[in-house]
Amino acid sequence: MIIDALSFAMLALGGFFVFMGGLGALRLPDLYTRMHAASLTDSLGTLLTLGGIMLQSGWSLATVKLLTILFFLLMTGPTATYALANAALFSRDDGPPATAP
Amino acid sequence: MVTAFGFVLLTLLLVTAVAIVVTPNLFVAVMLTSIFSLLMAATFFLLDAADVALTEAAIGAGMSTILFLGALALIGEHEARRRRRPWLPLAVIGLTAFTLIYATFDKPRLGDPAAPVHQHVAPWYLEQTPELMGMSNVVTAVLAGFRAYDTLGEVLVILTAGFGVLLILAERRAGGRPDRPPAVGLRHHLIPRVVGQLLIPFIVLFGLYLQFHGEFGPGGGFQAGAIIAVGIVLHALLEGEAAGRAILPTRVLTGLMAGGAFLFAAVGIAGMLLGGEFLDYSGFSADPVAGQQLGVHLVEAGVGITVTGTLVAAFHAFADRERPA
Repeated sequence: MIIDALSFAMLALGGFFVFMGGLGALRLPDLYTRMHAASLTDSLGTLLTLGGIMLQSGWSLATVKLLTILFFLLMTGPTATYALANAALFSRDDGPPATAP
Repeated sequence: MVTAFGFVLLTLLLVTAVAIVVTPNLFVAVMLTSIFSLLMAATFFLLDAADVALTEAAIGAGMSTILFLGALALIGEHEARRRRRPWLPLAVIGLTAFTLIYATFDKPRLGDPAAPVHQHVAPWYLEQTPELMGMSNVVTAVLAGFRAYDTLGEVLVILTAGFGVLLILAERRAGGRPDRPPAVGLRHHLIPRVVGQLLIPFIVLFGLYLQFHGEFGPGGGFQAGAIIAVGIVLHALLEGEAAGRAILPTRVLTGLMAGGAFLFAAVGIAGMLLGGEFLDYSGFSADPVAGQQLGVHLVEAGVGITVTGTLVAAFHAFADRERPA
């Protein structure tokens, strides 16, 4: 019962963060702020959603598989964000050179 | 619930398809094609076709996106100027679409159990697979066992397509410009390189798991070949073309392409020599079921080898070309 409620809360919160990430990616003014919004989906969204499903699956093979997926996403998400930011930084030829935040 | 998911996915598919047609930027179109494939994979999974979903995700969303991007690196990302009079193509496409939609009216409803496709040989496959093949994944049993002829044909089609790509695109190395700086990939980017190198062994391991687990779960030679190829291509992207070529030179790749198909056909002929028919594996072992399983393993290995070789060779064929001035 408690586990069900907890997993429901995690799934709902995960969905909320994914939604906010999508909203931010559409609404924010430039690429870097949009990437910041989209990274919500990568980190919190993934963590909470997969965590919620893991609570549902209990101690089983499915949990191990979900953990593997979680590990994979947590490794690749930030890397993709880095590659995107890097490509954006190097490809722009107008305006002042960007400085590190 | 499943129906609702299906509606959402199909709507998104339609929106993506229209966006692909409308966008003038080819880079955006390639990204949308990748999304289209991912949505398609989710739709297949919703229809309980896990094997097809895996193939679509690995080849459609993964490998072909890389090949498209390789092509874009050569031709640039802007669409050629549109033709003035699109009426003839529009009429042809409209007529074809109308005919196709009209033809679907005769089709039985999706999932109708009385449809001929579910009444003809499918029940026999479902009933006999555990007894004749001893496998839990009927898809693999049908693909590599009962209908291995078709699969051999598919492998030969892939082989032909791969050699076509090599003949048209492959650059003569001797004629290449020596003053061109070698492509170094992402060697100067520490983070993608470290993470990529960390993931490659697991990607290849997962490919091998799909290869050898195909008779019990979703998987098989096509999916495994695509995923192993993605691992090798990732290495080439991270470390540069030359390093990617060094682990699998063209000579080896063409050998893999032809060798896989050869292995498939040789298994078929071995079945004949052992007293059965072409691609009948029951003579491989004293126990016919064990023989079938051995045959399916060998045939799937042939499929995987050819698919890996073809995809990696096609990637190199694109990556090696110089961008025309």
